[in-house]
Amino acid sequence: MSPKRAGALALAALGLLVFPELGGAYAVSLATLILYLATAGQAWNLMMGFAGQLSLGHSLYVGIGAYSAGALFFHFGIGPWLGVWVAVACSMAVALLIGGLAFRFGVSGVYFALLTIAFAEFTRIAFDHIDWLGGPGGMFLEVAQRDRWDLAHFRGPPSMYYYAALALALGTLWLCARLSRSRAGYYWRAIREDEPAAQALGIDTFRWKLLAVLVSSALSAISGVFLAFYQNNLFPEQVFHVSRSIEILLGPVIGGVGTLLGPIVGSLVLTLLSDGVSELLAALGWELPGTKQVLYGLALLGVVVFLPNGIWPALHAAWQRHSGARSA
Amino acid sequence: MPAELILNVALSGVLTGLVYGLMALGLSVIFGVVRVVNFAHGELMTLAMYGAVAAFQRFGLDPLLSVPALAVGFFGLGYLLQVTLVQRFVTRPEHAQFLLLLSVAVILANAQLMLFGPDARNASVDYALDSLELGPLLLDLPRLYAGGVALCASLSMFAFFRFSRSGKAIRACADNYRGAQVVGLPIRRLYALTFGLGCACVAVAGGVLTLLVDVTPALGPAYTLLGFVIVIVGGLGSMLGALLGGLLVGVSEALAGLFFTPSAKSMVSFGLLILVLLLRPQGLLGRRA
Repeated sequence: MSPKRAGALALAALGLLVFPELGGAYAVSLATLILYLATAGQAWNLMMGFAGQLSLGHSLYVGIGAYSAGALFFHFGIGPWLGVWVAVACSMAVALLIGGLAFRFGVSGVYFALLTIAFAEFTRIAFDHIDWLGGPGGMFLEVAQRDRWDLAHFRGPPSMYYYAALALALGTLWLCARLSRSRAGYYWRAIREDEPAAQALGIDTFRWKLLAVLVSSALSAISGVFLAFYQNNLFPEQVFHVSRSIEILLGPVIGGVGTLLGPIVGSLVLTLLSDGVSELLAALGWELPGTKQVLYGLALLGVVVFLPNGIWPALHAAWQRHSGARSA
Repeated sequence: MPAELILNVALSGVLTGLVYGLMALGLSVIFGVVRVVNFAHGELMTLAMYGAVAAFQRFGLDPLLSVPALAVGFFGLGYLLQVTLVQRFVTRPEHAQFLLLLSVAVILANAQLMLFGPDARNASVDYALDSLELGPLLLDLPRLYAGGVALCASLSMFAFFRFSRSGKAIRACADNYRGAQVVGLPIRRLYALTFGLGCACVAVAGGVLTLLVDVTPALGPAYTLLGFVIVIVGGLGSMLGALLGGLLVGVSEALAGLFFTPSAKSMVSFGLLILVLLLRPQGLLGRRA
């Protein structure tokens, strides 16, 4: 690594660490949201971007994770450090069921995507009828005092959640970078590009696709546990809704499917865009509901039409042209 | 539970199912030919519903009468959508197509929110509560009209694809893309025609559905999902399958509302969807890809 690059990285790390001290409460909550979306997006990207399995129902894994850890805390006072293992186990069990069934029965492409929606919607309606988890009225985690770090129960001031989200985002980035260069990463890309060819080369595609779903569901569950303890309330209508799945996949798709930094860049751009549009409309005194989402939709349309591979690959290419032109 | 009650509920499910089937027919035709899943289908549906409601509230026009105008307008809208946007994405990966139509859906849904506000609206025609008594059967008049119009529209779609030159050409594109290219069919125009027809189906379905349900801008995703359930159950791309799936889902939802709690009724449809996807992914009447 060149000293210049190392210096830039160190500066970025320092900036991320002192951010809660410098930014206001609102900026910290925005940054926490971006980091959460980057984590969940990274998990989705592992399954779609690496292994080529399009999931439109990732809210299911996030929601199962959130509800498992949330219920343990709500009913038995068990904190997230134990709860996260249960959450990951539950989420992976569901993933094993869905992935196992889908891949065993040869469901692929659009049909697989629709199957993931169907399972998420089925679960959403089912959770509405489970009274132990609060049903449609929701489950509320007790909010303790917010001024002191209580790591055992993961209760504390907003800055604690910011650091936790930062750790999660960097952790999943590191894990995905490792996986991407591992045997699994190469197998996944082979399957993504041409599944019959991968099979002909002797790759057990069933096993490796299932592994992608399992790892993705585990990471999603962890981000779900974070969400439960950050938001403190869980409603099936919100947690499992299709719009949550879409929220998760927009970051990586806009940022660049299959790239490591795409989910982070995408969730950063989208969150700031959405927030910027709100601010702009507020400044203009325009209050008609729906305006913000229409502009947001137009921006999405622009990206998907003009940057087919996403923002990060386009930025990267522009940067390489720039530095190439300079060194030549 | 008396048999007459069950029969009546099932029959009203059949009539609603005809409307669902017509909506799903639009989705199925678009997928079967253009090979793009229209994720904005439900939002187009609510737009058509708002069109019918607006025509009723502004001019006192019965939704059944505004249906032809809606169909023509939506045909144009669909044609334009295909020519300007969707055509570029025909060869792009599925997630890109999804994102494109999702953006369209977001724009449509929220434009409706801006124009019509968040409150539920309906067309309260003066025969809204009338019914027709046939022996033990009791049929809601609006439901009967809605189902009847939907059935006529579906039949004319079948006739178009079966007998007209353009319809045959479109089926040729769907059956054998390369072959259609070789014989010089204007594929882009036929695709646009198909997308337009798919939107016209949804316009008619939405128009008559205003006789039965209130419309809000937030209804879109639910109708999109309902459309998916129906076309997958019937067979994605199969026209008869869409109609059959509509009837099946209409009846099973009506009966589920009677036997279980009404809030669980869409769980039955999604359960059905999961079963069909796993056991017969080509759908009841579909062909293996």
